[in-house]
Amino acid sequence: MNIINIEHIAKVYQVGDVEVHALQDVSLRIDQNEYVAIMGPSGSGKSTLMNMLGCLDTPSYGKYEFKDKNVSLMSDNELAGIRNKEIGFVFQTFNLLPRSDALHNVELPLIYAGIDKQERKERARQALINVGLEDRIHHKPNELSGGQRQRVAIARALVSNPAIILADEPTGNLDSKTGEEIMLLCHEIHKKGNTIILVTHEEDIAKHAARIVRLKDGRIEKDELVPNRYIPSVKNSTINFG
Amino acid sequence: MISNKIDTVLFELREGLIIAWQAIRANKVRSFLTMLGIIIGISSVVLMTTAIKGIDASFQKGISALGTDVLYIDKWAWFTNEEWWKMRNRRKITMDDYHKFAEMAQLPLATAPVTNAARKVRYGDNVIENVILNGSSSDYVKTTNFTFDEGRFYNEIESKGSRYVAVVGSEVAKKLFTHGSGLDKYIKIGGVEFRVCGILTEQGSFILGSFNPDNQVFIPIGTIFKHFLNEEWGTITINVRAKNPSMIADTKAEAEGIMRKVRGLKFHQEDDFSVNQQEGLMSNYNTVVGVIQIAGLFITGLSLFVGAIGIMNIMFVSVKERTKEIGVRKAIGAKKRTILSQFLLESSVICLLGGLVGLLIAVIASLLLDKFFPTSIQISAVIIAMSVALITGIIAGLAPAYTAAKLDPVEALRYE
Repeated sequence: MNIINIEHIAKVYQVGDVEVHALQDVSLRIDQNEYVAIMGPSGSGKSTLMNMLGCLDTPSYGKYEFKDKNVSLMSDNELAGIRNKEIGFVFQTFNLLPRSDALHNVELPLIYAGIDKQERKERARQALINVGLEDRIHHKPNELSGGQRQRVAIARALVSNPAIILADEPTGNLDSKTGEEIMLLCHEIHKKGNTIILVTHEEDIAKHAARIVRLKDGRIEKDELVPNRYIPSVKNSTINFG
Repeated sequence: MISNKIDTVLFELREGLIIAWQAIRANKVRSFLTMLGIIIGISSVVLMTTAIKGIDASFQKGISALGTDVLYIDKWAWFTNEEWWKMRNRRKITMDDYHKFAEMAQLPLATAPVTNAARKVRYGDNVIENVILNGSSSDYVKTTNFTFDEGRFYNEIESKGSRYVAVVGSEVAKKLFTHGSGLDKYIKIGGVEFRVCGILTEQGSFILGSFNPDNQVFIPIGTIFKHFLNEEWGTITINVRAKNPSMIADTKAEAEGIMRKVRGLKFHQEDDFSVNQQEGLMSNYNTVVGVIQIAGLFITGLSLFVGAIGIMNIMFVSVKERTKEIGVRKAIGAKKRTILSQFLLESSVICLLGGLVGLLIAVIASLLLDKFFPTSIQISAVIIAMSVALITGIIAGLAPAYTAAKLDPVEALRYE
């Protein structure tokens, strides 16, 4: 099933008197349970595309359909609703609320979805267990390691059962071993049927995906399947992914 | 899932309150400093209204003891814009004037000549300086609402005979007679010995200015002229009590006519006396209190305003500081309205807490002030204070909260 359908979108920023074309004529389709990496050097427009895919921003031109709904015409509040229910964000800097414990951080999307306390707590707890943090539920971010923080963020992204997981350089702030663990977790999540979009500039990380979309100067340079895809070995894993 | 709209609002309110409370607790010192402005503002507003109410209540009590249906014929007009030097040149009112007046006046319930001085009063080792010493006739009591703790007012025989008898106010009695009853005891007024024939019930000890109705002594007017004042030099006041409040206007008109006759004034001559009323005192007092009230409200309002600006300032800082957090919240689905209410609730909770603390301080302070004049915090003052605190919180939080709500999530997430 088609989840994302982008047709000829462009994003133009006005910087002083100059128009900056961050994206030009980009078309992209992403189906359910795909594992796509978006690659490109800095300034290639991958952040802009990610913001667009994540419904944080709307295109200046073109059409963006998310699950057959035209996102480009939606109001801020409708976009917030889509982000809340359909998109799970994983950021490079984790972006957890520093003063809240892991459980509350994971609970947050469910609060905004208006789900009552009991159900919310249960789902958040289960999401934390799924990423292997059952003994860190009441720890605050500063009491957790980088890898653990990213796993809390992944639990937060998964808790509302979104249509896509949007991971922006998820291993960028982690050492390679921890990064590998996170990528294994992504792999497991993908295997369970989720759609993952990975934004990265690292070839090694991108190779975890089944398909790579390469951007350059605001245009899609190449869109190809990965011939020698890297499948992380479960043996290396310390995670008991349920 | 929540389907009902009211449930949704309640849900958001509850969650918003929890988030606001966490934010306040996370920054205890800053939250307290922010609150300080509101604490000071609210406690001064409550204290101010309480103080004014207290002064007002005791004044009303005092003035009703003096009687609102009494006229005071005096050389001086009490409340007037007339030049004082004009009144200074008026002839004095004499005992002779009084006798003529009392004979002719038909309407009054009672009339009495009054004059006064300030003297030292002593009983044994107990001395009170500057007691108001009133000289009057036995009819004076009929122009007042006096009640007696003990004894009676001096009678006509004692008054006409200029005997050495005295009626003392409650405070004078309390200070002089520290052990047992003062009735029939001999006290010294300005060195002259008097027998106490009556002790007045307390009338309320606080009135504007230095006049205290409980700090008075009454003696026959003949006696005061014999020892303390010169009848040839001083002027007297004639107290005239109407039969009832509805007769005041008629009694006043009659009094003016008779006084003109007594003083031998021609039709073209101005009155050389004034008929005064408590009403004048009341309206004068009301203006004074009104001015105090407006000035007080202005000043306390100013402190609230400053407090509100403090909150607005801190909320702006807080929004700036939490830009990234706002970005994250928006990315995971917080709507504009949710962010707006989060910050509004935060400033409202700060203000309500500040209001509560301010109220507490005001209650404690009013208990201390109660030693000087009667105070009591009205439930209305509490409600007003808390509403003002809440409104201040909402108004002060509005601009910062709006700034937070309309942040672009992309920009906010990028903020470091």
